[in-house]
Amino acid sequence: MSGLRDLYQELILDHGKSPRNHRPMDDCTHQANGFNPVCGDKVNLYLSCEDGRVTDASFEGNGCAISTASASMLTQLVRGKSVEDISELRRMVGAMLTSAPGEHDQEEIEKLGKLAAFSGVCEFPGRVKCATLAWHTLDAALKDGKKTISTE
Amino acid sequence: MPGIDDKAGPLDLVRIREDFPILTQEVNGKPLVYLDNAATTQKPTAVIDSICDYYREYNSNIHRGVHTLSQKATDAYERARVRTMDFLGAGRPEEIIFVRGATEGINLVSQAYLRPRIEPGDEIVISTLEHHSNIVPWQLLREQAGAVLKVAPIDDDGAVDIQAYQDLLSDRTKFVSLVHVSNALGTINPIREMVAMAREKEIPVLVDGAQAAAHSQVDVGKLGCDFYTISGHKMYGPTGIGALYGKAQLLEEMPPYHGGGEMILSVTFDKTEYNRIPYKFEAGTPDIAGAIGLGAAIEYIEEAGLESIEAHEKNLLDYATAAASSIDGVEIIGQAPAKAGILSFIIDGVHPHDAGTILDQQGVAVRAGHHCAQPVLERLGVQATVRASFALYNTREEIDLLTHGITKAVEVFA
Repeated sequence: MSGLRDLYQELILDHGKSPRNHRPMDDCTHQANGFNPVCGDKVNLYLSCEDGRVTDASFEGNGCAISTASASMLTQLVRGKSVEDISELRRMVGAMLTSAPGEHDQEEIEKLGKLAAFSGVCEFPGRVKCATLAWHTLDAALKDGKKTISTE
Repeated sequence: MPGIDDKAGPLDLVRIREDFPILTQEVNGKPLVYLDNAATTQKPTAVIDSICDYYREYNSNIHRGVHTLSQKATDAYERARVRTMDFLGAGRPEEIIFVRGATEGINLVSQAYLRPRIEPGDEIVISTLEHHSNIVPWQLLREQAGAVLKVAPIDDDGAVDIQAYQDLLSDRTKFVSLVHVSNALGTINPIREMVAMAREKEIPVLVDGAQAAAHSQVDVGKLGCDFYTISGHKMYGPTGIGALYGKAQLLEEMPPYHGGGEMILSVTFDKTEYNRIPYKFEAGTPDIAGAIGLGAAIEYIEEAGLESIEAHEKNLLDYATAAASSIDGVEIIGQAPAKAGILSFIIDGVHPHDAGTILDQQGVAVRAGHHCAQPVLERLGVQATVRASFALYNTREEIDLLTHGITKAVEVFA
């Protein structure tokens, strides 16, 4: 069961059960809806940006523990960051989630801090999209303003 | 696999399990417990060998070669058709068209039977229970021809409201297409009664038998339906092959579905004369190995006996239903009075995908999601379920492992 503990780390279980910033945002500047048609998971992401920096982030939607925790932690971690920093964060998260098991870039994992809790996801290829959904949605919100994206 | 205590049951499970080589493996360090049979069933050695034998010993194209191997392949392909005919209770071999699966069977009927006949405003009746494969082809026809799709509702247990269904049948109804057994919930429709209601008004009926054919006896003559379609891979046969039964008279009236070789008698650039049924609907070189494999699968089912299979799966369903119900936080989705061996459920506080992963880590393969039947889950107020679905080789011990896995999932998320 060590694999399961790697996947469902305490931090993920906690955010999965009690997601942070789980609310709509009426005055957001950027918004995108992420959808995984394979499982029906939804992440509606709201961002407030000012001078190239995210000042507030929240989400609505429902899904499995991995997708909910991913969205929840994302909303905490992007706050206060510049769009450039977020882009780099997104790249590192993507690399962590899709790297071959045991081949993580440890330096980057350390930089990711709390998000390193998702490092076990790459051992479960069927669950990678659960974790990436919120990050793809974030990309869509920042790039295109307001739209719906799909994992497929 | 721990000892099998179902010896008193209707099937010799020790022997049957030996027929399925895949079942002896371990997954994630645990003996495989395969409970995803509604997605696809495993294949017995007899089926695997029938496909290998074809490719090793008599691979050849059919219906055209003068040489010995071609004749052998043609005979085997046509024997599979006759076996499928007998299995479904059809009267004539030409009433069996080999298709890729139930999905293609439904598309064939919607495009080749109904499309030429349908007028804007004409109605097609389906039910809330349908798999996407029995929804989308009719929606295409709605776009192409202005047909109207009417959906018979279900009750909270997942049974079709028969009165409401009957009330939908009118002079405007040009076609009825119904699932025999729901893949998402396991509900067995009272299909004979439902077909009769439509036939009384002379409305043609297709029955989607993808989830039914491997689990209980089907007799299209007794059902009275005009079309019945099955998928080989859901009945211990290979993927990519299925069959469509159609009444000969209707098939003869229908234009071809695909154009190409095999489906023609003669071709000039001015005019093509189509082949007779069933070849009119089998353009191109068909899945010869698949058809032979399907024939072997049917032989396997018949040897085990559908009555015994049905009784065994009913035992498993009852056992699993009782076991799952006794776990705090488990809610069974779909509790119609008549159910096949499918147990769909949700666990309080555990998303179905997380449950699916935790079960997989314990070697238990289930489906988690919407089972390609989103409307029925939406109707019952859930986005996804965990689905355990049983086949003739499953045992009570495996259901104990499922129950143990569910308990583990509850613990992880407690």
